[in-house]
Amino acid sequence: MKDALGAPQSLLVLGGTSEIALTTARAMVAERVRRVVLAGRPSAALDTAAEELRGLGASVEVVGFDAAETDDHEKTIDEVFAAGDIDVVLLAFGVLGDQEADAKSPAAAARVAQVNYVGGVSAGLAAANALSRQGHGALAVISSVAGERARKSNFIYGSTKAGLDAFAQGLGDKLHGTGVHVMVVRPGFVRTKMTEGLPDAPLATTPEAVAEAIVKGLRRKSSVVWVPGQFRFVMSALRHVPRPIFRKLNI
Amino acid sequence: MSDGPSADVRPTARRVSLNGWGRTTPTFADVVRPTDRDQVATALGQRTSRGVIARGLGRSYGDPAQNAGGTVLDMTGLDRILAVDLERGLVTCEAGVSLDRLIELFVPFGFFVPVTPGTRQVTVGGAIGADVHGKNHHADGSFCNHVLSIDMLMADGTERTITPEGDPELFWATAGGMGLTGLILSATIRMTPIETSLASVDTDRTKNLDEAMALMAETDEKYTYTVAWLDCLAKGANLGRCVLTCGEFAALDDLPAKKRRDPLRFRTGSLLTVPDLVPGRLPNKLTMGMFNELWYRKAPKHKVGQLQSITGFFHPLDLVQEWNRVYGRTGFLQYQFVVPFGREDGLVKAVETISAHGAPSSLTVLKRFGPGNEGFLSFPKPGWTLTLDFPTNTPGLARLLKQLDEIVLTNEGRFYLAKDSRMDPADLARMYPRLERFREVRAKVDPDGIFVSDQARRLGI
Repeated sequence: MKDALGAPQSLLVLGGTSEIALTTARAMVAERVRRVVLAGRPSAALDTAAEELRGLGASVEVVGFDAAETDDHEKTIDEVFAAGDIDVVLLAFGVLGDQEADAKSPAAAARVAQVNYVGGVSAGLAAANALSRQGHGALAVISSVAGERARKSNFIYGSTKAGLDAFAQGLGDKLHGTGVHVMVVRPGFVRTKMTEGLPDAPLATTPEAVAEAIVKGLRRKSSVVWVPGQFRFVMSALRHVPRPIFRKLNI
Repeated sequence: MSDGPSADVRPTARRVSLNGWGRTTPTFADVVRPTDRDQVATALGQRTSRGVIARGLGRSYGDPAQNAGGTVLDMTGLDRILAVDLERGLVTCEAGVSLDRLIELFVPFGFFVPVTPGTRQVTVGGAIGADVHGKNHHADGSFCNHVLSIDMLMADGTERTITPEGDPELFWATAGGMGLTGLILSATIRMTPIETSLASVDTDRTKNLDEAMALMAETDEKYTYTVAWLDCLAKGANLGRCVLTCGEFAALDDLPAKKRRDPLRFRTGSLLTVPDLVPGRLPNKLTMGMFNELWYRKAPKHKVGQLQSITGFFHPLDLVQEWNRVYGRTGFLQYQFVVPFGREDGLVKAVETISAHGAPSSLTVLKRFGPGNEGFLSFPKPGWTLTLDFPTNTPGLARLLKQLDEIVLTNEGRFYLAKDSRMDPADLARMYPRLERFREVRAKVDPDGIFVSDQARRLGI
C-alpha cells in the first residue's frame, strides 16, 4: 500500500534488467519499497540486479518472464500478485532494434514490434487487470519521445512505442475511477546500454533523471511524464512541422 | 434480533472510493451498508478473497477503515440502542451508534460518555477498535476500560459475546485491534454520571514548553479533564508555548441560578460546513503562524471556573463540519506519538525539530497519559503524547517525519494506529511489544485473515 505521502512499498518490474527500471527500483527502495519482483529472462544480469537491490534492504524475487511469450504473461503476473499486493508495476522492457538492418529484414522488424508493442499490450493488460482486482496501484509504462512522431531514421522502433503509448493512454482512461493509475513515461535519448555506441541526441538524459521523474510522477499521479520536461514543448512543435519539411529534417 | 425478513433484502454493494479523514490515500472497495446483524452476516458470507473491514464514521486519519479491492462494511446502519440501565449507568448499543448520539440521548438523563476523543463523530465500534482516549486519560484510562462486553461476528460466521473477564485474550486483542479480530456488532458501556452538562474550566497560558510541562505535571491530578494546545511554530524563549485547559463537569451548585433550572441542557449540531474549494496551500507557515499567534493571545493568562458547554470544551472542531477540507485536496496527516515519563528530553527535541523546520501544524495538542490498559495494540501508555497535523504538501515533510520517527523510537515512544498513515512497517513491532500476542490471537480467530484493511496490509499487522 502507498502511504499518505505517496510512497509505494512494493514494485514489480517487467523487464528486470532495464537500466531505467533498476535505477527507479533503487530510488524507490531508498524510500519505502521493501518488496521488489524482477521479471525478466533468466540471466546473470538479472541475478546481479536482484543481489544489488537486496543489498539495499529490499526483499527481492526473481521471476522468469519473456516479453515475446505473451501466452505466459497473465499466469506469471497473476502469481506475483497472489503472493502479495503490488503498488507499482513498471513496464520497462523494450528493444531498440537496428533500423538499417531491420528495414531489410521484415522478420527482425516484426520481432521489435512483438516485444515492444504486442508484449506491452499483453503484459500491460495482465498487470492492469490484477491491479483493478486489488483496487489500488499504478502501472508506469515506459514509452519514448520516438513514438510521438515517427522519424525516417527510427520509425520501426518509433512506431512500436507509438502503439504502446496509445494503448497505455487508452488503458489509463478506461481505468480512471477504479483506483488504478496508469502513467506514460516518455524519455528522450537515455544514455544506457541499449543506446551504447550511439551518438548523443539533443536533450540526452540519464537513467537517474528518468527514475526521478517516474517517482515524482507516481506521487503526483501524473498521466504523462516527459524526461527531460522540455521534450513536451519540443515534441509539441515537431508534431506540427509540415510533412515535406519534417521529412527533410536530419533527425 | 432482526426487525424483519432482512435476509431477503440484501443491501447491494457499491464500488466506491474511500479515504480517511486526512484525505490522503483513496482506494476503491465494495461498500455494503447493513442495517442489522443478519445483513452483516450475509455481507460477510459474500466476501471476496480481498476480505472485509468495518468502517464507522471515517474519522481515522489514514487507511484503517479502507480495504482496496475488497469489502467495506459501513456499520453506521447498525444504530440502535438495545438496552439501558440508568441505575448503573449502563448502555448497550449497536456498533454504528455514534458518541454524538449517546451524548445527545443520555446527557439529559445525567450521563456522559466515559471517554471521548476530540470529535464525538465516531462510532462505538470505531471507539473500541481504536481504543480511543480523551482529556481524561490520566484519570479514567481509554475507551475500552469502560466496555463491559462486546458482541462480535467472528470470521467463521459465529456470534460471540466477549468480556474482559471471560475472554481476556480476545477482548484485549479487539480493544485497539483496528477491527482485525472480527466485526463488532454491539457493546455494553459504562457511562459517567454528571450533574450538569457544563464543564467548569480553568485556563492557563504558559510562556514556553518547560513551563507547560511543569504546570501539567503539578496540576494534572487535580482535574479529570486536561489538555494543552501548543504553538509549534513559536521559537526561542517561546518554544512550545501552550494554552492549558483543565476542567470538571460542574456540580449543580456551581451553576448560576438561571442555569440551574435546566442543568442538563444539551444541543448538538454545527455552525457551518467547509466547502470543498479550499486551495491546497492555504494552511502554510505564514497563515498558521498568524493563527497560532491569535489563538495563543486569545486565551486568558489565568482564569478559573469558566463554564463551557460540552461542545466548547470537548469538541470545538465539531462546530465546523468537514473541517478536513481546509487542507485542500492534497490532504493532511496527523502525527501522534507518546514518549514515556522520564523521556521529556525527547518531547522537547521533537518540538524543537518541528519549530526549526517551520512545519505548520495548527491543531497541536499535548497531553499526559495515565496507565495504559491491556489492549495488545492499544496506544496509550504512561507519558506525554503530542498530536500534530501537517498538510501533506508541506515542503520537506517526509524528511521531517523521518527525523521525528527517530526521536520517538530512541525514546521508547510509539505511534497511534488510528492516526497513522505513513509509519515505517519495520517500527511497529518495536513500538508494540505485544504485537506477537495480537498476531497469535488473530491467527486463532481468523486463520485465513479475512478481516483486513489497507493499513493492515501496509504495516503487515
